[in-house]
Amino acid sequence: MSTTLTIAGTEARRIFVSPLAWAVLAVLQAILGFIFLNVLLEYARNPGGADQYTGMSDYIGSGLYGFATILLLLIMPLLTMRLFAEERKNGSLTLLLSSPASLIEIVLGKFLGLGSFVLAALALLAVMPLTLLVGTPLDLGRIGAGLLGLGLLMASFGAAGLFVSTLTKEPTIAAVVTFGLLLLIWLFGILGHRPGLVGEVFTYLALVDHFENLRRGIFNSADIAYYLLFIVLFLWLAVLRLDIERS
Amino acid sequence: MDNDILIEARGLSRRYGLTIAVSGLDLSLRKGEILGLLGPNGAGKSTTMKMLAGVLAPSGGSVRINGIAIADEPKQAKRHLGYLPEQPPVYPELTVDEYLRYCAGLHGVPRGARAAAVARAQQSCGLTEVAGRLIGNLSKGYQQRVGIAQAIIHRPAVVILDEPTVGLDPIQILEIRSLIKELGEQHSVILSSHILPEIQAVCGRVMIIDRGLVVYSEPLKAAGTESFTTVLATFRHAPMVNALGAIAGVSRFEALGRGQVRFHLADGADPREAIAQAAVGGGWGLIELRAEVRTLEEIFVSLTSGERPEPTDHPLKDAA
Repeated sequence: MSTTLTIAGTEARRIFVSPLAWAVLAVLQAILGFIFLNVLLEYARNPGGADQYTGMSDYIGSGLYGFATILLLLIMPLLTMRLFAEERKNGSLTLLLSSPASLIEIVLGKFLGLGSFVLAALALLAVMPLTLLVGTPLDLGRIGAGLLGLGLLMASFGAAGLFVSTLTKEPTIAAVVTFGLLLLIWLFGILGHRPGLVGEVFTYLALVDHFENLRRGIFNSADIAYYLLFIVLFLWLAVLRLDIERS
Repeated sequence: MDNDILIEARGLSRRYGLTIAVSGLDLSLRKGEILGLLGPNGAGKSTTMKMLAGVLAPSGGSVRINGIAIADEPKQAKRHLGYLPEQPPVYPELTVDEYLRYCAGLHGVPRGARAAAVARAQQSCGLTEVAGRLIGNLSKGYQQRVGIAQAIIHRPAVVILDEPTVGLDPIQILEIRSLIKELGEQHSVILSSHILPEIQAVCGRVMIIDRGLVVYSEPLKAAGTESFTTVLATFRHAPMVNALGAIAGVSRFEALGRGQVRFHLADGADPREAIAQAAVGGGWGLIELRAEVRTLEEIFVSLTSGERPEPTDHPLKDAA
């Protein structure tokens, strides 16, 4: 466990001493700010839209957090591509493989280290709407559910990206393939419109549909379980992949 | 307990698809020994070292570090192991201090002892002055030293260094050599190199690998005391044949023409003095007398150039 935390700590440090994370966060913040401003202006222009059932929190949930999913789909592959592909490319992966750390500890450590970036991105997503508390009451439970959903979504993207990163030694290939894989799973939702069992299965498998409930403030344990299973599956695949590489 | 075998490999082999990179390699190293691994490019040196370090699983055979099988208990075995791969496994975006502290933690150095371990490794590798600098900004030589520091930071029983002096300037090479010698006193060290004098200067034993096979594995005697089995002499006035045969310590001799004679020695004898005396006494006009010592370079070239030598054809003992 302490090995995992040692790896996670250094991974987090490496993420934040590189300009990449800061550039990504800056771009993320700029675009989110733009969207947030738009949401606010739209609300201000049409105050009649708000009644006893819909309020500012709905606007944030549908406007800001809905749009954020697309942004996160674009940026997470950039962060995950480094995890193993870059290490393999510059030879530093050997350090981990020759150290007394098991593959599970290595993969978990990397994933937890990436968690530091997820938390930073979540903080950006949380602070902007919370500034509105100065002037208006917000449905904090609902915003919290939205943030939880975004966090789980990012962690899932991260786990899938981590796995893809173990497959190659070219970071750019890892990024492209991760993006393609995530988009594909995302698009499973399209098949969800088909009638019958096929539709149901694909609706369940699609990545973002489980976020929809959380975004609307509905906490359904099935959705949480989906994301957790998704994460565990890809982390496990990464461990298997590293084990195959050794032999 | 000075005779503890710290690293032991039995029948180690590795295939990449149809290519056999290493086959049937046996190796055992005691505490305080330094083994030099030699071989032409692509001979299987790095593959061997990767397997010994547990980075690569062998296709056959086993490795024991400090008596622990690396395949069964990798975590325990790797605690006693420090490994520097061909490319130093450093993170360019960290400072030397940060990186070494991380390595100490990764190798299980207790939290309280890490600062001391880092300081000691920096001291040994001459990194104290650059401790606060980013590894990415250091020269190749310093990065190499950081890689060595990483391998010894937890004072492992076995240190495996894959071409440790590549990219270093001559003074750094001398420093690293003396560091390796120092390490060899308390640890077992395996190092590979292309530079023959380096192996000769540092190692107590040498192993030559060619095309995946061990073709030579012998202790290396200190320079100047190498054993020799033939003595070459040249005389201006060729002496009588029976006079030559009578010299003590000579088992047989062959005339090479133009007054040159090669003496084959009886076990352990050194007849050079006797030859000189006989030459003076007989007025043979001795103009050359030397022991034919096989240097490491000659051994290396004869074993690894051309067709694969059959170990049995060779006068040198084969260890495989």
